[in-house]
Amino acid sequence: MKKQGIAEALRDGIAEEMKRDEAVFCLGEDIAVAGGWGGAFTVTLGLEKLFPTRMINTPIAELGFFGVATGAALMGMRPIVDVQYGDFLFLASDQIINNAAKLRYMSGGACKVPLVMRAPIGATGRGSQHAQSMERFFTGVPGLKVVAVSTAYDAKGVLKAAVRDDNPVLIFEHKLLYGSKGARAEPGAVDATSEIPDEDYTVPLDRAVVRREGRDVTVLGWLLMAHYAMHAAEALAQTGISAEVIDVRSLSPVDYETIGASVRKTGRVVIVEEGPKTGGVSAEISASIMERFGEHLQAPVARVASADVPVPFTPILENAYRPDAARIAAAVGEILR
Amino acid sequence: MNPPDATPGPRQAPAERQQLLGFYRQMVRIRQFEERVKFLFLEGTMPGTIHQCQGQEATAVGVCAALNADDFITSTFRGHGHALAKGLGVQEMLDELFGAATGCCKGKGGSMHMGNLAKGMVPGIAIVAGGVPLAAGMALAFKLKATRQVAACFFGDGAVAEGAFHEGVNMAAIWNLPVVFVCENNLYGASTRVDLVMRNTTISDRAASYGFRGETVDGNDVVAVHAAAKRAVDDCRAGRGPVLLELLTYRRTGHSRRDPCLYQGKDEREAWFQRDPIDRLAAVLTKNQPADAAALDAIKAEVDDEISAAIARARQAPQPTPDDLLTDVYA
Repeated sequence: MKKQGIAEALRDGIAEEMKRDEAVFCLGEDIAVAGGWGGAFTVTLGLEKLFPTRMINTPIAELGFFGVATGAALMGMRPIVDVQYGDFLFLASDQIINNAAKLRYMSGGACKVPLVMRAPIGATGRGSQHAQSMERFFTGVPGLKVVAVSTAYDAKGVLKAAVRDDNPVLIFEHKLLYGSKGARAEPGAVDATSEIPDEDYTVPLDRAVVRREGRDVTVLGWLLMAHYAMHAAEALAQTGISAEVIDVRSLSPVDYETIGASVRKTGRVVIVEEGPKTGGVSAEISASIMERFGEHLQAPVARVASADVPVPFTPILENAYRPDAARIAAAVGEILR
Repeated sequence: MNPPDATPGPRQAPAERQQLLGFYRQMVRIRQFEERVKFLFLEGTMPGTIHQCQGQEATAVGVCAALNADDFITSTFRGHGHALAKGLGVQEMLDELFGAATGCCKGKGGSMHMGNLAKGMVPGIAIVAGGVPLAAGMALAFKLKATRQVAACFFGDGAVAEGAFHEGVNMAAIWNLPVVFVCENNLYGASTRVDLVMRNTTISDRAASYGFRGETVDGNDVVAVHAAAKRAVDDCRAGRGPVLLELLTYRRTGHSRRDPCLYQGKDEREAWFQRDPIDRLAAVLTKNQPADAAALDAIKAEVDDEISAAIARARQAPQPTPDDLLTDVYA
């Protein structure tokens, strides 16, 4: 066992998979420059020394290199490709949505696209174009698997499972969860370190995880919001409210088995999402909970999400934009009234 | 832009003549396939839409003849000719066009996504230039695995205005990837003439700006196309890729099913019809051997029979059931 943050755990996970399987390679911007950054958030730092031919640095051309990765995957390679900021996925989205996600279906099952895509998201003092929550744009794309990792343990296990999966998998990471040390430390970072086992392990791509058991209400979140939901649950416990916190983790497909078991127990659900409320992933999950478990609900599903505005820059506005533990606790109080 | 001159060639050696007869049969197969498919669409028996390649047969046949069976192509929404030239069967393609479960994509691809991985063709990429980065990635896989395979990427003149073209071609260049970029310049992107959307209409010039070799070829001369493609493929296998081939050709039919081509000038159409790739090869094959006109007619008749029989079978081919809707999404 060793204690690691998300960046280190991902780095080890990538290295182990590259060692295990020669078809695995990395493609991205600034990922393999000697003396460079190891990608925007140090995840691939130093890997070019271990794998000089399989750490491939790209031009600033997201559409192009996501297409390159898709083509390589079609021919039997297992690329791990990343964007420096999730917002850049818009540039790559033609290749992700029209090619990577659809080629299997439109070939009648002949094509396989074992492609891993990584994207950091989250509002972190960078203004509107390096901050969006991008999950909503990809969870409704058939053919893609979408996962969001909020701990170092999950990050490594999900990465490994994604590399071994024969489908395109998009992994969302959060800039405030990579780690609070080093050159890329972020103000406001939250501790997402985990005890990482020495032995090989994977985390399934289709399972949510109960982070805290409770009786009165189910709080669903992912990425930074899973942590804020835990903070809220701790505060609520002081007032005698027992909140169950589920890290949804698998955003497509969503694990309604785990969520359903909790809803049957508590009868009340609060969904927390960092992105704007309108058109969010929480809207989809809320509708599905009502369809599947409506008879168990004692109150309408509540959502805590960001305002329907672009992500602002200045900290006062950014904090007003994004849900926090106090707003989550208030929503729980409201639904229990 | 003046269409290239057509000059019949001299008598051929037996091996070369066999090769040319093979080109002839394949081009006739594509022409007949497209003409019959056009009729089936117009009579309403075939669903969907079509983008056809009558007049462009030499590009598909010349390029694919320079490839090995385990080389790969990417194609576009106008891919029937590429598919036949790469070795897909008339039957699996007609079945696909009829939406049958026995089609090359089990009825889930259709005209624009024709393909068969086992025959070296990924499904057609119907987003303009979407196949360019994809082909570069396929070539990257060949290079990483050291397989000596080559990817040939077909696209039209319209694709070079897309960002995906620039990004994909640039990456192929910086990594010396074994990919032949094949631009079928048929003078129109949908209804828009090339000179309205680019100042330098010599598309092969663009290769130099990325640091590799480009070549403009008479795309209605299958022999010239094949020779240029062979040079390009040889370069790629020798680690001197990529190569950009610009093949000058002309689309005789509309962009898609209901397009009457009113934007193509009568004189221009006439001039290009005089340079029909099948007629030109027929002239080469019969120049010194007029008796062989009968052999060419026999090829046409054989191809016609082959396609007629395949159509009859495709009309009866089993359709998917609604249960098939949900399969083949995930591996």
